[in-house]
Amino acid sequence: MATEYATGADYIKHHLTNLTFGQYPDGSWGFAHSREQVEAMGFWAIHVDSMAWAVGLGILFLALFGHAARRATEDVPGGFQNAVEQIIEFIDGTVRDSFSHRNRMVAPLALCSFIWVFLMNLMDLVPVDWVPWAFSLAGVHYMKIVPTTDPNVTMGMSLSVFALVLYYSLRRKGIGGFLGELTLHPFSAKNPFLKALLIPINLFLEGVALLAKPVSHGLRLFGNLYAGEMIFILIALLPLWAQWTLSVPWAIFHVLVILLQAFIFMVLTVVYLNMAHDTGEH
Amino acid sequence: MNINLTLIGQAISFTIFVWFCMRFIWPPVINALEARKKRIADGLADADAAKTERERAEQEAQQTAGQAREEASRILAQAERRASEIVAEARTTAKTEGERILTQAQEEIEKNTQQVREQLRGEVATLAVAGAEAVLQREVDAIDHADALEQLAERL
Repeated sequence: MATEYATGADYIKHHLTNLTFGQYPDGSWGFAHSREQVEAMGFWAIHVDSMAWAVGLGILFLALFGHAARRATEDVPGGFQNAVEQIIEFIDGTVRDSFSHRNRMVAPLALCSFIWVFLMNLMDLVPVDWVPWAFSLAGVHYMKIVPTTDPNVTMGMSLSVFALVLYYSLRRKGIGGFLGELTLHPFSAKNPFLKALLIPINLFLEGVALLAKPVSHGLRLFGNLYAGEMIFILIALLPLWAQWTLSVPWAIFHVLVILLQAFIFMVLTVVYLNMAHDTGEH
Repeated sequence: MNINLTLIGQAISFTIFVWFCMRFIWPPVINALEARKKRIADGLADADAAKTERERAEQEAQQTAGQAREEASRILAQAERRASEIVAEARTTAKTEGERILTQAQEEIEKNTQQVREQLRGEVATLAVAGAEAVLQREVDAIDHADALEQLAERL
């Protein structure tokens, strides 16, 4: 496929551009036809491909699990129900291990993060040219099918988790407790003057630590998948007969990466929420 | 890498999916799992209880069998004792009876002997007199010689 493009750089650029719908600088709305147009649209634009694949995969996940959940019985489970139960028990065990409070939202949240992120990551194993080529036949120029290679998607999820972290921190500890956590640690002093002096230092350290969580949470997933996708694109630039020698090993290795990154994303979600629930009184 | 509305769209989708998950997927499956876990635990507990019950019944049966065995041997001993008692009793009775018969017989013999002796005594006296008469060819006064005849009869 790479031969259709003037240079390898063009090919890579094309494969890393989302199908974007947004407002042109002149005020009208429409799809961007080039990378420059995408840049010009700024914040008021939406990656139609990321959103469509993400929502589609999310609905696939909910449909599959909803199907199993609707027919869940305590009798002998069928094959599919058994598989779903295995996954749910695995998630339940992981949540029990790392979340020590009572909150009936955390386990479903973990399940949703794990399976949804896994499905989105799984799209990385679809050969990089198939879907974009099929869509180009239909006249759609850009099509990125791996939503987790879009930082908007991963950050959207990690910021949602961050919002929950802030909500539960405030609810469990109160404003005073939360501010105390941000300002009186890690350096503390008995002397009130010294204590006041240490507040900005603590606030800086704790603030950075707090803000680093959603950023690292989202960018870790994005970075891993983006790098994987990039390598698949680079392999696709090789002559056709040589591609499989690299793409097959990388795909096999990548199976591990997509599973592991989905798992890490879930575990971090649970751990951050656990930290938000910890009041420091044990 | 441009940050745009996709960020917010994704956050909204995530929220909706998590809500759906929490409402329609997690509870039924986890409840079914819990129910099955409970059912299995109950089944195992039942099996344990049945095992204990069986052991108890076995013990009871053994005890009953032991009691029956004991009873049987007791009855046997009793019967044996009774039998030997009966034998002893019979033996005593027989002995007494025998002795009684013996005594009776002896008495009878004695009586007969006596009778015969008396008879003989009379006859012997007559015979002796007759004999003496014959031998002596002379009359012997039976009355004079009564003493001698008496003595003779005594010696019989």
